[in-house]
Amino acid sequence: MQLTPVLSAHWDEPDSFTLDGYRRQGGYGALPKALGRPPDEIVQLVKDSGLRGRGGAGFPTGMKWGFIPQGDGKPHYLVVNADESEPGTCKDTPLLMANPHVLVEGIVIASYAIRASHAFIYIRGEIVHVLRRVQAAVAEAYAAGFLGKDILGSGFDLELTVHAGAGAYICGEETALLDSLEGRRGQPRLRPPFPAIAGLYACPTVVNNVESIASVPAIVEHGAEWFRAMGTEKSAGFTLYSLSGHVVRPGQYEAPLGVTLRELLDLAGGVREGHELKFWTPGGSSTPLLTAAHLDVPLDYEGVGAAGSMLGTKALQIFDETTCVVRAVLRWTEFYKHESCGKCTPCREGTYWLVQVLDRLERGEGTEADLDTLLDLSDNILGRAFCALGDGATSPITSSIQYFREEYLAHLEGRGCPFDPVAATVFAGAHAS
Amino acid sequence: MALTESTREEMRAIIARYPKPRSALLPMLHLVQAEEGHVTPEGVALCAELLDLTTAEVAAVVTFYSMYKRRPVGDYHVGVCTNTLCAVLGGDAIFAALKEHLDVGNDETTADGTITLEHVECNAACDYAPVLMVNWEFFDNQTVESAKELVDRLRAGQEVTSTRGPRVRTFREVERVLAGFPDGLAGEGPAAGPASLAGLSLARQRGDTAATAPVDTPPAAKEA
Ligand SMILES: Cc1cc2nc3c(=O)[nH]c(=O)nc-3n(C[C@H](O)[C@H](O)[C@H](O)COP(=O)(O)O)c2cc1C
Ligand code: SF4
Ligand code: FES
Repeated sequence: MQLTPVLSAHWDEPDSFTLDGYRRQGGYGALPKALGRPPDEIVQLVKDSGLRGRGGAGFPTGMKWGFIPQGDGKPHYLVVNADESEPGTCKDTPLLMANPHVLVEGIVIASYAIRASHAFIYIRGEIVHVLRRVQAAVAEAYAAGFLGKDILGSGFDLELTVHAGAGAYICGEETALLDSLEGRRGQPRLRPPFPAIAGLYACPTVVNNVESIASVPAIVEHGAEWFRAMGTEKSAGFTLYSLSGHVVRPGQYEAPLGVTLRELLDLAGGVREGHELKFWTPGGSSTPLLTAAHLDVPLDYEGVGAAGSMLGTKALQIFDETTCVVRAVLRWTEFYKHESCGKCTPCREGTYWLVQVLDRLERGEGTEADLDTLLDLSDNILGRAFCALGDGATSPITSSIQYFREEYLAHLEGRGCPFDPVAATVFAGAHAS
Repeated sequence: MALTESTREEMRAIIARYPKPRSALLPMLHLVQAEEGHVTPEGVALCAELLDLTTAEVAAVVTFYSMYKRRPVGDYHVGVCTNTLCAVLGGDAIFAALKEHLDVGNDETTADGTITLEHVECNAACDYAPVLMVNWEFFDNQTVESAKELVDRLRAGQEVTSTRGPRVRTFREVERVLAGFPDGLAGEGPAAGPASLAGLSLARQRGDTAATAPVDTPPAAKEA
């Protein structure tokens, strides 16, 4: 297995986030090439590359762009989703911190392709230094003529607005994000109409993840074939895998789609010394947990799907045998309850009850029948919730009961949690010896 | 503190960034926090007036988002990530220790008005867990001791620098940046922290690059 740093290739340059640093590595080289071709050719190129959305759902990016009606006389918008709030997900943040210009270049190319003259970057508010870097990059790009009127003499105009959110996980859901960007409570919209037809201000809109758009300049530069040569047949290209938790060297690993956790863990020094893998998320907390039995699952959309989970955001959260799965699941469930936007009953009421029951179980005060209640509640949320937040809330619960039923029961038998939380911390044993 | 004519001017500048005025509401509310330290009724009224909304409409937005505070916040908002991964790796222990050390509960402010302590959700820094945020700047790889020392320095008025960012400014100063008025500090801090570079460093050692990945090179290029 080979690492394929493209997006992360120059993050170790001290000025990689500046215009000079980016241009020194050939940055903004793809832009004139794209602007010299008809927009539809760029859409076709991205379709041919096989690039799929990196925000979680894996929808083909070129196809999404192709849905934007042409010659409709309405303004079109590109909205970049930098809300990055799915628990475990930590890839767009370092990308924007170290190389905001690759996103800006991708935005200009994508906007040209879909004929948008105003684009937005919606950044979660709680990462203010990322916001600073993006604000500065956008200002530099305007000054250098990569944004604004008549970009590089092409006749193409683009305004780019950087927008900070205000703390709400649901605003990462694309239609809730649009409502939030319109200055409202961030609640999902009924679909159809899809954003491609009626998005921001009811106009045709593409919403893409940061990493999706940041991948576009390299595709323009090196071609669809080059991109497809990496990854697997249906999951093309390179991507950022984020390892966190009980692993020796947590961090960002840019690799072809389809690598396995075993390969990544090898690179990352393995699970921390003296411990073994217990459970992990392939793509954030909304993707069903996997176990050591899944170390050789190819981490692409099809492979993880076949294993009963989802590739999601490629946020590999690693937990060793010191971690209580019930505690982990309760905490995630509290998160979903807190972040439920309240629009639909299955999610609003369901997440409330899930927390009640889990809390009781964790304290050792429940009964075995509570496990059935949890599965029942999950069943009533999954597929009935208005948006994918509700579905995601059930993932940790159903998967943990599937793989760790015994551990739930142990809480009942022992009248409480059998684990020592100190043993799971990174500073466990720091004062020993 | 008061909302002055210059606040109105800045709010109009925010409105001008968007095709439709109402889109300016979130950054305008950040500006209210920059001026007032939290979202005050006066701030809500001003946003409503400039956007031609009712105060009820603005208030409904304020209550939806966790970064908008309806009570005064200390100079330093300390957020401890207690989402699962950070919690397990030590975030719960850090949060418990800080509550005791500062003698406050969740979302409470110390008696001297310097620190507001809150537990926060996953802050997109899990590869640096356990993580703590001060006025939304990263403090990576924390321990109980480092966290206590950090808040002690803040209370003593000493300089504190983010592990991946600038010297910490006050809550109100940072809210201006969130409102879209840059503070000129983008260049501070490293381009990337150590965990962000984990894969890249290894790729360099191993000589891995995307270009040397097995690529279907066109025949002409192969000969060259
Ligand atoms: C609750 C929820 C939160 C989401 N959060 C994000 C996010 O933070 N960033 C993101 O890019 N996509 C997020 N998504 C997915 C978006 O709805 C959307 O699919 C994505 O932005 C499309 O971009 P892509 O096609 O480039 O992946 C979220 C979805 C849900 C249901
Ligand atoms: S599933 Fe939850 S977050 Fe989504 S619309 Fe329903 S209540 Fe809101
Ligand atoms: S869980 Fe704490 S930053 Fe992600």
